Amino acid sequence: MEECIRFEHVSKSYGDHTVLKDFNLSVQSGEFLTIIGRSGCGKTTALRLINGLLAPEEGTVYVNGRDVSKTDLIELRRGIGYAIQGVGLFPHMTIAKNIAYVPSLSKQWSKRDTQIQVARLLEIVGLDASFAGRYPRELSGGQRQRVGIARALAANPPILLMDEPFGAVDEITRRSLQKEILRLQQELGITIVFITHDIKEALALGTRVLVMEAGNIAQLDTPEEIRKHPKDEFVRTLIYGQDA
Amino acid sequence: MSFSLSKVIHLYIDRWPWFLEMLGEQICISLIAIAIAGSLGLLLGIFISEHRRFAEPVMAVCNLFYTIPAIALIALLIPFIGIGEKNAIAAIILYGLMPMVRNTYTGITNIDSDTIDAAVGMGSTKWQLLLRIKLPMAMSVIIAGLRTLTVMSIATGSIAAFIGGGGLGEAIFRGITMYNMEMTFAGALLLVLLALACDYGLGFLEKSIKKKWRMNE
Repeated sequence: MEECIRFEHVSKSYGDHTVLKDFNLSVQSGEFLTIIGRSGCGKTTALRLINGLLAPEEGTVYVNGRDVSKTDLIELRRGIGYAIQGVGLFPHMTIAKNIAYVPSLSKQWSKRDTQIQVARLLEIVGLDASFAGRYPRELSGGQRQRVGIARALAANPPILLMDEPFGAVDEITRRSLQKEILRLQQELGITIVFITHDIKEALALGTRVLVMEAGNIAQLDTPEEIRKHPKDEFVRTLIYGQDA
Repeated sequence: MSFSLSKVIHLYIDRWPWFLEMLGEQICISLIAIAIAGSLGLLLGIFISEHRRFAEPVMAVCNLFYTIPAIALIALLIPFIGIGEKNAIAAIILYGLMPMVRNTYTGITNIDSDTIDAAVGMGSTKWQLLLRIKLPMAMSVIIAGLRTLTVMSIATGSIAAFIGGGGLGEAIFRGITMYNMEMTFAGALLLVLLALACDYGLGFLEKSIKKKWRMNE
């Protein structure tokens, strides 16, 4: 397997507050890495370092072997799918235009391509093609999340970054979205880095799970290993609750 | 002093070319001022939303102009531009910057941060972010500012006649000096109708944008 993302001695702080301290991580191509931890543990910071929305104070982040701080960030970001909890759909654009946003930035698709691709992407995320002409405000929370994923997948990115993408939907929608994303990842063979605060979700989706605590890696292993051999008290509590 | 509505109507019938000319002048003065104040205000608003540290001083200056009474502003401008329509236009521009700058700034800075985050994270350049996300999303607020600017510029524009700038104010002032209430009323009525028509037109535009994005439900 090829290495896809690497953190090398990365530190990042906001003012006096250190969020990541000497953080090291290697993500392989085709991996589904879930990151779990309490809010403020640095998981979102780590994710935003990958597509250069944040820059590390120390250390280096590599994507496909290239130092992020030395690459053209615009090009880099267009090759990385990005889906966030708030979805951030553009309210003034139709669903079709929202989905085709990244390809339209570099004028990749013709009008006809756009139509075909949007229909394909809507199908992939389990939505009817008739959604194309609607506006985000007409959709339910779960439908918007699906559109957000379709948009993140539009440019066929080899890497997909997801920051609690299912955080704002109900339990039933969440389950079906989880199933979809697993299927997508297996079908498309893409690398996914997926942040969640739900341990069940982290264990169900990840080929590897990264448990973070206060800017450090508490444990990084397969879901089975983490279940069987939680490394410390924090991980055990996370999995089995307070009473264990 | 007596006042009769029929006299006003007679005035319009007898002297319609004069009223038409004044209306034309009025529209001309307002259009020029709106175009300049509108684009200048828009650019300033964009600038301070991208460079937030300038926001406070720029807004403070615009606010200052906004609070000076129009008639005083015109008088203060005389040493610099003299009298006539140029002075009136300059006064309206200085006066009208504030609603445009404020609404552009508010419209852009109030965009939900998730939307901006998604747009940047997906690889928009600074210009793409501005032209495809920020400005369209702020558009209805910006048009609301343009509405304020337009109505205000027509109202303030009536003072242009005071310094020989022409426009419907001429009828108003002539009516005052000649104790001809009907003439003052006739000028003011046209001015009000013009302002209302513009306000309605822009209001319609503002509403149709919101409706297009389904923002009413």
